Amino acid sequence: MVELKYEGDISQHSGQRVKPPELNVLYGLIGIAVIFEVLGWIFQGQSFLFNAQRLSIMILQVSVVGIIAIGVTQVIITGGIDLSSGSVVGATAMFAMSFAQVSSYTRAVYPALTDLPLLIPLIVGLSCGVLAGLVNGALIAYAKIPPFIATLGMMVTARGIAKWYTKGKPVSFPTDSFAGLGEGMTPVLWFIILAVLFQLALRYTVYGKHTYAIGSNAEAARISGINVERHLLLVYVIAGALAAFAGMVVASRGLTAQAGMGTMYELDAIAMAVIGGTSLSGGRGSIIGTALGMLIFGVIISGFTFLRIDAYYQEMIKGMIIVAAVVYDVYRQKTRVVVK
Amino acid sequence: MRTEGLSKHYGGVEAMNDANFFMRRGEHVAIVGDNGAGKSTIVRQLTGVEQPTKGRIFFDGHEVRFGGPMDAREAGIETVFQNLALADELDVPSNIFLGRELTRFNLGPFSILDEKKMTEIALEGLKTTGVKIPHLKNTIRNMSGGQRQCVAISRAAAFASKLIIMDEPTAALGVAETAQVEEIIKKLKAQGIPLILISHNLRQVFDLVDRIFVFRRGRIVCSLDAKNTDGSELVELITGIKHAEDVPGAMPN
Ligand SMILES: Nc1ncnc2c1ncn2[C@@H]1O[C@H](COP(=O)(O)OP(=O)(O)OP(=O)(O)O)[C@@H](O)[C@H]1O
Ligand SMILES: [Mg+2]
Repeated sequence: MVELKYEGDISQHSGQRVKPPELNVLYGLIGIAVIFEVLGWIFQGQSFLFNAQRLSIMILQVSVVGIIAIGVTQVIITGGIDLSSGSVVGATAMFAMSFAQVSSYTRAVYPALTDLPLLIPLIVGLSCGVLAGLVNGALIAYAKIPPFIATLGMMVTARGIAKWYTKGKPVSFPTDSFAGLGEGMTPVLWFIILAVLFQLALRYTVYGKHTYAIGSNAEAARISGINVERHLLLVYVIAGALAAFAGMVVASRGLTAQAGMGTMYELDAIAMAVIGGTSLSGGRGSIIGTALGMLIFGVIISGFTFLRIDAYYQEMIKGMIIVAAVVYDVYRQKTRVVVK
Repeated sequence: MRTEGLSKHYGGVEAMNDANFFMRRGEHVAIVGDNGAGKSTIVRQLTGVEQPTKGRIFFDGHEVRFGGPMDAREAGIETVFQNLALADELDVPSNIFLGRELTRFNLGPFSILDEKKMTEIALEGLKTTGVKIPHLKNTIRNMSGGQRQCVAISRAAAFASKLIIMDEPTAALGVAETAQVEEIIKKLKAQGIPLILISHNLRQVFDLVDRIFVFRRGRIVCSLDAKNTDGSELVELITGIKHAEDVPGAMPN
């Protein structure tokens, strides 16, 4: 350590601290909620927000995709993308459910392997996600295949595996313990636990620091001694595991697993992250932002249902919001000024 | 630090050829040369960022082969790269400690950062450069070129133990900040920490270093004692008007 003293006057802490970007997302959420509240009184003659049942359904609807979005956010922060999460949901649902069937059901996938403790399907399911993440991560970090292409390949492959596994037949009749995984409001609970955990990890651990560093300048990260490849592998594995967990929650809730489960979830998850302020060019974003993005998503969907607007319009509007969020992100990059 | 026949080719481009570079313990040397002469190229070979095409590197008495940047850092070599190698979206302390964060609990990759301590040390390091940075917790992205450069310099100065390499460290700095960085370099000299300085500012070179290497078109023309030469002779060597043979006291490659 070199010891030097500077005798001039420097005021390190005189300046303004830049306000957290999540604030804008929060204002957006409040704004949208207020709009629906007003529209609710005008067109339906009742409150949109002050309805506990509506709010709990709204959060429940988005929290499964929210779990996926936690992983996708981290991937996007590294400057990558994960298109495979929806298919991983489908494949995991099938595999995990096939190890979670009850013995009283005579046409179980593995008749000899029924009534297993929850741990077994949980391990099987998470292994599916970890495996998908390992393949994604290895292709991206070591084979240097662009994330878009690598995870697109996984998206198609995992969906294919999900269909091949039981030749397209659904898998049903889970044990009580497996059914408990997604019962009632538990998906919301899982989301909150995982969101808090990964927000803390991103903000306060070396893992988080390196995730942001790689996303903002991978070459600088490498020169600084970060093992960029190994770190990327870890991030994709985490994303895969989270998608797998979401898959088990979905299957558990529905008491059945189908190969088509989770279709398009990857896009919703990416949308939540981007709406929440995660930059597609990497280096910026947070789980708090994504949680807010998820709520915006939820408010819009349930607001539309509340106003009895046709489902077709919902999809269109959803698409436009995603595009708007990306455009805003690009615009934000361009107008960034270097201030003295 | 010494190299033997160090060469680097990028495909067909011979960015550096047969460089025999050397420096003694405690010595401060400069590398000068026109744009594209190969100055940054030799830095990348010496610091493990790239692997040389040919040649050998000796450091601290024995031959070394840096497989990656971390190897060089662990050997005690710190570098201010020309492109600074900063992560734009991170704040100042995070950049200074990038890749060797201080932690409070060791949980493998999920070790908890000791932000307070890193910020304190970062602040101390920055004071030595005299740069004014409004808020350490803001990201590097919105900072001026000079502020960024000072972050990179204080990072290197804070960790260097055996050798410090600076590739055009004052290129973006104002008069006061340049003077401050030169002050840092003089203090490094007083502490006996060797330095390789790359600079286009010949006044600075004469002020600060003991010996000067002249690079031209990927080759070392010669090295000469800073006391035995002057600005115009150096310019003639850099531009190729004069050759090593024309200069008494110059040591050809
Ligand atoms: N990665 C690369 N691939 C191909 N050519 C390269 C690469 N890096 C450098 N070069 C070439 O090698 C030569 C030397 O480049 P170098 O960066 O070492 O120059 P320099 O002396 O540092 O110049 P400057 O004063 O402008 O920084 C240049 O002709 C450059 O075009
Ligand atoms: Mg250079």
